Amino acid sequence: MPADVRLALAPFEPAAELSAFSARHVQSGGIVSFLGQVRAGEGVEALELRHYDPLTLPGMEGLAETVLARWALDGLLIVHRAGQMAPGDPIVLVAAASRHRRDAFAAADFAMDHLKSDSWFWKREKVAGEWRWIEPREQDHTDLARWTSQ
Amino acid sequence: MARLVFLGRLEDVAGVPELACPLTEPTAFADLLLMLPPALAEALQAPKVRLALNGTVADAAQLVVADGDELAFLPPVSGG
Repeated sequence: MPADVRLALAPFEPAAELSAFSARHVQSGGIVSFLGQVRAGEGVEALELRHYDPLTLPGMEGLAETVLARWALDGLLIVHRAGQMAPGDPIVLVAAASRHRRDAFAAADFAMDHLKSDSWFWKREKVAGEWRWIEPREQDHTDLARWTSQ
Repeated sequence: MARLVFLGRLEDVAGVPELACPLTEPTAFADLLLMLPPALAEALQAPKVRLALNGTVADAAQLVVADGDELAFLPPVSGG
């Protein structure tokens, strides 16, 4: 079962993506999805995600392979934006379809932790007209480490 | 000519997203850094900066850059 992995250079519609994914996996008893969006407030005017063509999408595809090898899934969807976004815009959508819900929850959780802090993206935000790069948080690394200590 | 690509905050340090580096012969990574402004060279050698040569993650210690290569400098990532 190949995963559907995309680097989106333009806005995408999470609801439409999820409907299509559900329709493709009617045999699955459960679908778990996560949507990350640009947080409004704290003076953030825009968010930009940069990527590096030779590494970013191949890295996401490698992540999907790891997820599929680790959990029994019927389907996996990963859509990640690059480029400039406004508050409220979707950044990332992960969906995992499986016969039983626990595999889907864990797979989506694992994929998100690795997209946050182990994928080839660089994030900056614009506050009061000034861009500043966002460094990974300690929590992101702690989240990632959960998967190797098991 | 080798192409140097600066990702994330390294683009701000370099002042440009890419830099063309004239190379007359295959050049060790340490010698390549000597051709750059010292402040940039220092930022590029930070412990958490990783390297990719022609799209493959590479180790600085054995790295030799030749004419036509693309060398990317990859600071800590943050996605999602």
